[in-house]
Amino acid sequence: MDKKIQLWEGNHLVAEAAIRAGCRFFAGYPITPSSEVAEYMAWKLPQVGGTFIQMEDEIASMGAIIGASLAGVKSMTATSGPGFSLKQENLGFACIAEIPVVILNVMRGGPSTGLPTHPSQMDVMQARWGTHGDHWIIAIAPAYMDEIFRGTVRAFNLAEKYRVPVIILLDEILGHMHEGYEIPDDFEIIDRAKPDVPPEEYFPYDDSKGDVPPLAPFFTGYRYNVTGLNHDKSGFPTTNPELIQRDMERQRRKLYANLDDILWYDEYKLDDAEIGLVAFGSMGRSAQVAVDLAREQGIKAGLFRPITLWPFPEEKVQQLAEQVDTILVPEMNLGQLILEVERCVHGKANVEGVNKVGGLPIEPPEILEAIKARI
Amino acid sequence: MAFNYEYYLRMDKMPHMWCPGCGIGIVVKAMLRAIDKMGWSKDDVAVVSGIGCTSRTPGYVDFNTLHTTHGRALTFATGLKLARPDKHVIVISGDGDAAAIGGNHFLHACRRNIDLTLIVVNNYIYGMTGGQASPTTPFGARASTAPYGAVDSPLDISRVAIAAGASYVARGTVAQGFMLEKFIYNGFKHKGFAVIEAMSTCPIQYGRRNKLSDPVQLLKWVKEHGVPAKKAEKMSPEELEGKFITGELHNQERVEYTEEYELVRQRAQEAAGAR
Ligand SMILES: Cc1ncc(C[n+]2csc(CCOP(=O)(O)OP(=O)(O)O)c2C)c(N)n1
Repeated sequence: MDKKIQLWEGNHLVAEAAIRAGCRFFAGYPITPSSEVAEYMAWKLPQVGGTFIQMEDEIASMGAIIGASLAGVKSMTATSGPGFSLKQENLGFACIAEIPVVILNVMRGGPSTGLPTHPSQMDVMQARWGTHGDHWIIAIAPAYMDEIFRGTVRAFNLAEKYRVPVIILLDEILGHMHEGYEIPDDFEIIDRAKPDVPPEEYFPYDDSKGDVPPLAPFFTGYRYNVTGLNHDKSGFPTTNPELIQRDMERQRRKLYANLDDILWYDEYKLDDAEIGLVAFGSMGRSAQVAVDLAREQGIKAGLFRPITLWPFPEEKVQQLAEQVDTILVPEMNLGQLILEVERCVHGKANVEGVNKVGGLPIEPPEILEAIKARI
Repeated sequence: MAFNYEYYLRMDKMPHMWCPGCGIGIVVKAMLRAIDKMGWSKDDVAVVSGIGCTSRTPGYVDFNTLHTTHGRALTFATGLKLARPDKHVIVISGDGDAAAIGGNHFLHACRRNIDLTLIVVNNYIYGMTGGQASPTTPFGARASTAPYGAVDSPLDISRVAIAAGASYVARGTVAQGFMLEKFIYNGFKHKGFAVIEAMSTCPIQYGRRNKLSDPVQLLKWVKEHGVPAKKAEKMSPEELEGKFITGELHNQERVEYTEEYELVRQRAQEAAGAR
């Protein structure tokens, strides 16, 4: 069979992957550098019987995708910077109500309007803690075309499997970069569990059969309540401390007891490494080139590249700290991922940042210089 | 035979949290009677709300119910309706929910003309949070955040709805529950975005601060301040000052969004097939 390699832009590939994963509803509000996703969806979704809508802002877009998802339709939105801030309110709703949705954030410089047309990795912490209150969330940060495609499919699968919002983090480099890629067909698609009990026995937050209760789509005979207030198993508001404690612990456990399934990472030349790098997304690619440059000069460098950013693969970073004396963390911000790395390393290795925030990537030779300065 | 409200209520969730003398119950009852008149199956109806006293309605009614974030109900309802255009999506909001924090969503819902019904329970105050001023608090009226009288001029929700493109707009009062029922029913039948504004009563938070703490007195006040549209035509602006016009204020046939989007799908599929 002849290969169908096409030139893909990162943003378009996310959109195409979403459709292949079964996404049939997209609501968005234009913002650089993510608008290509909305444009692609506006063009392609009606072709496949889906729905695109341009909402009045990002708050509305986030509300709309939750509504569509509750009707049983896989849904996503895409945004950047200021828009990601506006998503946070209803993102919290999706967390507490446990509604599967996918949110793409193509990172640009910030805060505020910041640097609209240039990349950053400044939303590492916002992806984890952007909405208020205790909540648990998955964030995926792909670095290569295949990871963008499979990571997007995976985002939908994890959202459906765990009834949780999943964030995809790209940056302006990955969103706008064009590369040759052949769309694969060897991927799995997961749909949310539907109830196997009659309506009168159904409770949308019933934890008796597992940490992820089945979610009945609206209008299918299961009439129940969904609220952003803490709730009992029927979805009705409650202030009962024991019920709330139990429900919140379950929401944490449904992810953190399944890390083997959720975590995704790449290890590059780590086996014999004497100096470690931890980097993600486009800076993960830079760091990988820097490892090769270092090795050409006889320096045994290696890279740990988290692809699931949240939950953070902390055991892996702990292991790295046992192996090397120094860990460098190149990132396009003045120190966010490094905070998590330091937490995991817990003083067992020397952790240092390699940082840049002016809108330019950290080039491999710059990372190489940082490596050489530490040996 | 007496109307069987219990068929539509989640009786296991009672007692409800509304205060004695509150107008919300009258609106909810009118809504339930209108749903019944439509003959809709409970499985085919969704009731969506934001945050506030009014927005607690979904918890008590036996439909597919969704209690969202403050002001955002219409956005969730938009997604729900676009995903299932064949179902019936009703949004119920307070005046703060619909016209302050949700004001922008309200304008755009009117403009889009999606086949949704929005019921606004306008009690001129923030009920749930303790009587702060709302965008419909009358000029000079007292609120916990307007202890010397409101400085802001109130917003006329129905007029804004008409201006923004809502294709059915009616206003009634909780003193006339059967008229409200008729408006809500006509709103349901209407193909397009329908807004029913119910002028309501909050004796605890609004009445108490404005020498109208007796629920019956407040109900009378609401009734007296409503002027039927026909009568209003003959009145001067001075005479209408501080009053609100009631009745079916606007009813227009206009392209409905989900029907139009179905045509978009057809065009997109033809274009894709032609390539
Ligand atoms: C983002 C946000 N801001 C503020 C609040 C607090 N709040 C809850 S209800 C409410 C106003 C309710 O008034 P209204 O919408 O008129 O409804 P009512 O309670 O009178 O029915 C406010 C300000 C909130 N829940 N969320």
